[in-house]
Amino acid sequence: MARPKKHKEIFAQGNEAVVEGALMAGCSFYGGYPITPSSEIMEIMANRLPLTKDGVFIQLEDEIASMGAVVGASLAGRKAMTATSGPGFSLKQENLGYACMAEAPLVLVNVMRGGPSTGLPTSPAQGDVQQARWGTHGDHPIIVLSASDVQECLEMTITAFNLAEKYRTPVILLLDEITAHTREKIKIPHPHEYEVVSRIVPTMPPEWYKPFEETVRGVAPMPPIGSGYRFHVTGLTHDVNGFPTSRPDEVVDHMERLHRKIDQFFYDIQIVEERQTEDAEVVVVAYGSVARSAEFAIQQAREAGVKAGLLKLKTLFPYPRRATEKILGQAKRLIVPEMNMGQMSREVKRVNCGRASVRTINRFDGQIITPSEILKVIMQG
Amino acid sequence: MTVTGNEIIHQYLRHNKKFPHVLCAGCGHGIVLGTLIRSVHQLQIPKDDVVIVAGIGCSGRLAVYVDFNTVHTTHGRALTFATGIKMANPKLNVICIMGDGDALSIGGNHMIHAARRNIGVTALVLNNNIYGMTGGQSSPATPAGSVSMTAPFGQLEKSFDTVELAKGAGANFVARGTVFHVRKLEKLMVTAIERPGFNMLEIITPCHTQFGRKNKYKTPVDMYKWLKSNAMDIERYNEIEEGKRGDKFPIGTFIERDQPGLEERYYKLKADLRKARKEG
Ligand SMILES: Cc1ncc(C[n+]2csc(CCOP(=O)(O)OP(=O)(O)O)c2C)c(N)n1
Ligand code: SF4
Repeated sequence: MARPKKHKEIFAQGNEAVVEGALMAGCSFYGGYPITPSSEIMEIMANRLPLTKDGVFIQLEDEIASMGAVVGASLAGRKAMTATSGPGFSLKQENLGYACMAEAPLVLVNVMRGGPSTGLPTSPAQGDVQQARWGTHGDHPIIVLSASDVQECLEMTITAFNLAEKYRTPVILLLDEITAHTREKIKIPHPHEYEVVSRIVPTMPPEWYKPFEETVRGVAPMPPIGSGYRFHVTGLTHDVNGFPTSRPDEVVDHMERLHRKIDQFFYDIQIVEERQTEDAEVVVVAYGSVARSAEFAIQQAREAGVKAGLLKLKTLFPYPRRATEKILGQAKRLIVPEMNMGQMSREVKRVNCGRASVRTINRFDGQIITPSEILKVIMQG
Repeated sequence: MTVTGNEIIHQYLRHNKKFPHVLCAGCGHGIVLGTLIRSVHQLQIPKDDVVIVAGIGCSGRLAVYVDFNTVHTTHGRALTFATGIKMANPKLNVICIMGDGDALSIGGNHMIHAARRNIGVTALVLNNNIYGMTGGQSSPATPAGSVSMTAPFGQLEKSFDTVELAKGAGANFVARGTVFHVRKLEKLMVTAIERPGFNMLEIITPCHTQFGRKNKYKTPVDMYKWLKSNAMDIERYNEIEEGKRGDKFPIGTFIERDQPGLEERYYKLKADLRKARKEG
């Protein structure tokens, strides 16, 4: 048997790793508008995509246009992506909702910076967590992922594309400035080490095809525009054929399917990582770069004889409820450190229902949360 | 055997869409849709190769009735979706249908940049001088002095010139027609669809319900009569002295450039880069 080939290793920034991951997942369309601290994603795409076989790169006049173009490209059959930061994320929200409604798979990266408004342009923050969940109008499910180091940036970008394609939905990847700009050595996986999922295209005769039909998986196959399946796509509430409807029974069917297609596959979508939680009496729930500080802090706590553990959230929404419930049964204390005034701790408290004590650590001054800050709270008992 | 106009239209309507349509009797938008169908038919473009991308408004609803690939987008953003589609698949004939509010107010910036980058899209701006679907508020094309729901004492702002905007921003082809002058409109539309690059065709179309009623045109017929007596070929229009033009406005072709569309330039760049890389 041939010896396994050594991994290619590169020294990269989180934003660069996002591009690597996207290209590995088959991304062939990028439309964007520059904004710190996400601009490197766009700049590297501008260099890379024209050299790939089908790759298309376009810089648009604003974030609204970028989001429109990415939805258009997705409907035309491309794996499409855009990246931005807080103010741009807000501008993308209307067309993000459109993508939910039209079930257009795409990946939207938001490298968060301090807010509100133009806020702290170059400082890290995690202030857009609830914007990612609820930013666009109306009731809709959404998949929001995060990454805490550069290797994870690559891996979670691939995951984001896969989930988008599988569930015909936009997927948001939330990064913070620290993760996006940290440089470290990462391994490029071999092609057999990761899965690449592409949307299912219809095989039935075009006249049988219903673009928004209920299926076992909740999503209908999706042909690229121009391939012989002519149908209507709209942001209006529509029937299985895509035609606008306000008939209550059709509205209900449509809304229920939109939610069900995400909710019923929670085991596939809700990704978490646990560190030393088996016997933990105090568990830190963290995501993004803060999870790295937390990991260091629980190690130090263990050395000091405290049974501490970490629940790292890689999926933020749908909120990994089961993973939290498991810990609530056993740990007496939960600590939720985050670089905002308490956006994810809401979810933890919602699930907790008073079973454990929940402490939050909140920084919103554009500064990193250090391991010692977390350690201090762990040791406070 | 001659094929009647109706027979052509029927070939392109969606058999599984529940009619009737949402348009008011007398609305010019239906004439635009008929013209669009005849233009595509005349050009013999296969249905699969046509993508109608529409904005939001009464005009935006046209997409749902025709058997092409149809995308009804968000208000003002049709051109951005169209840009993504065209860049993703340059073989498609991408036609954007927008209202005047859609294209010039909320979507004004996209119009400028679509024209500037010369993306290969046909932009049809259905100008009825008003926000039709939302009930008759002022649009950027509402003439100064006329009355609307949001200008009950008369519109103070000057109305916007779509043609000048598209010309200035760099569109390849800029024209204006009306739904009264249907034969001419069809010619202009055929040209707007078949040419490469960004082609903007403004279509003056009456909204009797929201605009006419409040502005001394009691019936749809009054509005068509107004179109008949005021639209004038650009050559004739230019012969009239500036101060004596009154309500008259020019129709026809205003500019015809022949620059390749952005998608064409991009894919050429790609091919060159990849060739250079292989050789190098
Ligand atoms: C972001 C956003 N703002 C406002 C609206 C409300 N709206 C719907 S249609 C419309 C204007 C329609 O007028 P126009 O574009 O001129 O098209 P018409 O109906 O006259 O054909 C507006 C303002 C909307 N749908 N979305
Ligand atoms: S409101 Fe005006 S634009 Fe809308 S359908 Fe009626 S006549 Fe046409």
